[in-house]
Amino acid sequence: MKSEQAALRVQGLTKRFDRLAVDSLDLTVRPGEFYALVGPNGAGKTTTLRMVAGLLKPDAGSVAIFGVDALSDAVAAKQIMAWVSDEPMIYDKLTPLEYLEFVAGLWGVDPRISTAAARDLLVSLGLEAHLNERCEGFSKGMRQKVALAGALVHDPRLIILDEPLTGLDAVSARHVKGILSERVRQGHTVIMTTHILEVAERMADRIGVIAAGRLVAEGTLAELREQNGHGNTSLEDLFIALVDVKAEAA
Amino acid sequence: MSAATTLTWFARHELKLAWREWLAMMTGGRRGRRRAAAFGLVAFAMLMHLPAYAVIGRFANLQLPLDKTSLIVLTSTILLAWALMLSQAIESVTRVFYARADLDLIMSSPARLTNIFSVRIAAIALMVTGMALLFSTPFVDVLVLNGGARWLAGFGVVVAIGFSAAALAIAITIVLFRLIGPARTRLIAQIVAAIIGAGFVIALQIAAILSYGTLSRFAVLTSDAAAAFAPDADSLVWWPARAAIGDIGPLLWLLAASLVLLGGVMAIFSPRFADTAIGASAQAITSRRSNRALAFRGGSRQQALRRKEFLLLKRDPWLISQTLMQLLYLVPPALLLWRSFSDSSAAIVLITPVVVMAAGQLAGGLAWLTICGEDAADLVATAPLSPSAVLRAKIEVVLIVIGAIFAPLVAALGLASPPQAIVTACGVAIGAASATAIQLWFRVQARRSQFRRRQTSSRLATIAEAFSSIGWAATSALALSLPAGAAVSGLMTAAIVAITWKLSPRRG
Repeated sequence: MKSEQAALRVQGLTKRFDRLAVDSLDLTVRPGEFYALVGPNGAGKTTTLRMVAGLLKPDAGSVAIFGVDALSDAVAAKQIMAWVSDEPMIYDKLTPLEYLEFVAGLWGVDPRISTAAARDLLVSLGLEAHLNERCEGFSKGMRQKVALAGALVHDPRLIILDEPLTGLDAVSARHVKGILSERVRQGHTVIMTTHILEVAERMADRIGVIAAGRLVAEGTLAELREQNGHGNTSLEDLFIALVDVKAEAA
Repeated sequence: MSAATTLTWFARHELKLAWREWLAMMTGGRRGRRRAAAFGLVAFAMLMHLPAYAVIGRFANLQLPLDKTSLIVLTSTILLAWALMLSQAIESVTRVFYARADLDLIMSSPARLTNIFSVRIAAIALMVTGMALLFSTPFVDVLVLNGGARWLAGFGVVVAIGFSAAALAIAITIVLFRLIGPARTRLIAQIVAAIIGAGFVIALQIAAILSYGTLSRFAVLTSDAAAAFAPDADSLVWWPARAAIGDIGPLLWLLAASLVLLGGVMAIFSPRFADTAIGASAQAITSRRSNRALAFRGGSRQQALRRKEFLLLKRDPWLISQTLMQLLYLVPPALLLWRSFSDSSAAIVLITPVVVMAAGQLAGGLAWLTICGEDAADLVATAPLSPSAVLRAKIEVVLIVIGAIFAPLVAALGLASPPQAIVTACGVAIGAASATAIQLWFRVQARRSQFRRRQTSSRLATIAEAFSSIGWAATSALALSLPAGAAVSGLMTAAIVAITWKLSPRRG
C-alpha cells in the first residue's frame, strides 16, 4: 500500500500574513513525478513549499509526505525530503566537501556511503576543482550547486526546489536539470517552482498553476491546453491566459 | 556637475548615511522608538555625570603650572582616550574597505575618486571625533561646572586627538594592506585595534603588579619613579595636558597639528584608497583552500552540528580577535596570580570578578554566533532534528568553548586557593549560562556577518547581558570577601535575569 501513497498530499493548506497568502490549497504529487509549480510573483508558491518543508507553520490544513504527517511528525517527514531555496544558504567558511559532510551527518547517513556520494555529486556538478576551497569566494551559481549537492547527498525521496535555476549560467542550468531528471528516472519525486516556463514545459510530468494562493489549473501540458481550450498554444500563453482570468475574477 | 559641487553633494550624502546609521543603532531600526531613544540618550548622558564626577571631579581645581604627577596622570588619561579612539578608527576604516555596500557604485561612477575618498576619510574622522565628543561631554561638563569655563578647552583636545587618531588609523590600515595583503589585513587590523585599545591600560596594570603588587594603574602614574623619568614641565609632551586645562597656545598648536596630519593623510592616501578597496574586493573572490583529505566522520546528528559549529568558530576572525582581547585582559590577573604564589597578597581576590566578567562577555558573543548567526538556517530547520535538539547542541558548543578557555585559569587558581577556584568556577558557569540564556530568549535569526549589529537588535538584551556579567562578577568577588553581600548581590543579579526572561519575546 505504501507505494501507492502520494509523495505529497496537501489538503486545505492556509496561511495568512498581512493578506491571505495561501487559500485552502489542495495539492497531490505522485511518487516518481516531476511536478512544476508555476504562478505570478506573490501567488503563494514559495509560501506553500516552505510550509511543506516545515519552515513555516500553516494556519490550517494538513501536509503528508509519503503518508507521514509532516505537521505532527516533522522529524520523520524531514528525514525523507530535501529543500533547496532560491537563495543558496551555505557556510562561507566551509569547503563544499565539509558542507556535504555536515549535511550527511545531520541526516545520519553512513559516512562510508556519503563520502563517495558527496564527491561524485560535486564532480557531476562541475565543482571538482573547488572541492577543498572555502565557499566564501564562490559565485551564486557555484553556491547554488553546493546547496543542491547538499540536498541530494542524503538521497531524499522527495526533493523540493524553489527557483533552483535562478542565477545559473546555461551550462550549470543544464547540469542541474540533468541531475534532477536522473533522480526522477531513479524513482525520486521532484517538486519545483520556476519562473522559466520553458523549463516547466520541457521537464515536468505535470504542472500546477497557482494564483492568489489557489491552484487554478493542474495537469500535463496537453491536459492544461485541453482544459482551457487553447489548442496548440505554448505554456507561456496558457499561463498568461489563466492568470489573467484569475486576476479578473479577483 | 563641478568638482566642488560633487564634493559637497557627496559630503552631504555621507553625513546623511552616517546620521541614519547612528539613528538605526540607537533605535534598533524601529521608527517608533525615536522618542524613547532620545529620552534614553538624555537620561544616559545625565546619569553619566555621576561616574564622571566620581572619577575626575577632584581634578577640577587644577591650575597651571601643574606639578609633574598631575601632568603624568592627565597626559596618560588623554593617551588612553587617544588609544581607544585609534582602536575605534581602525575598526571603522577596515569596515569601509570590506563592507562593499556602495564602493562598487562609487568606483564605477565618473566622479573623481581622489575627491570622493577624501570626503570619506573626513567622514571617518568626523564620526570617530563625534562619538568621542559625545562620551567626553559629561566629563568636560563636570570639570566646567566645578572648575570654570577654561575646561571647555577639553573639547578642543578631544577634536585634536580624534582627528589625529583617524588619520593614523587610515595610514596604519593602508600600510597593512601594502605589507601583508588584503587577505590578512582584516584579521590583523582587528587584532591591532584590540591590542591598541586595551594595551595601554594593561601595560600600566602589569607595571603596577610587578612594582607594587596591585592592579591600580595610578600606583605607577603617581609614583616617584614615574616623576623621576618624566621630562621637564615645559616639554612638548605635556602640551595636550596643558591644552586640556585651558592653555590656549598649546591647544591651537594641537588643533593645527591634527588638521595638518589629517590633511596630509587625505592627500597621500586618498589616491590609494580606491586601490585598497579593490584589493579588499579581490580578496573576497579568492578562496582559501583546506588540504584535509576528507573521509566523512560518523557520529550522531548533534555531533555533526557541534563539529560544524566548532569549525566555524575556529575560522571566525571576529571571534579570534575577541578571544585574544579577552585573554589580553586576563594577563594582569594571571600575573597577579603568579606573584601571589611567592607572596600571599590579598589582591589575588581581584582575579575572580575579572575572570567571571570575561566569561560572561565571551559567552554572550559566542551564543549569538552559534544560536542566532546561522548562515544556513533553512538547511538546519529542514534537517530531521527537533528544534530543541538543535538548540541543545549549539548551547553545548558555547559552554564547551568557555570551559576550554577558562578551565586552565581556574585550575591554576586551584593551586593557589582551592576555595577561590571553586567560587570562580561557579561564577564562570553561572555567568556564561546567564549570558547564553539571554541570547536564547532574544534570538533573532541572522547571518554571522551581521555580528556587529547584534547589539542593535535588542537594547534590552544587550543591557541585560552586561548587567548580568557585572552582577555575577560582583557576586563572585563578594562571595570571597563578604558572603552576606554575595547573597544580596546574587539575588539582585538573578532578579535581573528573571526580569529579562519575563520581558523577552520567547517567554513560554
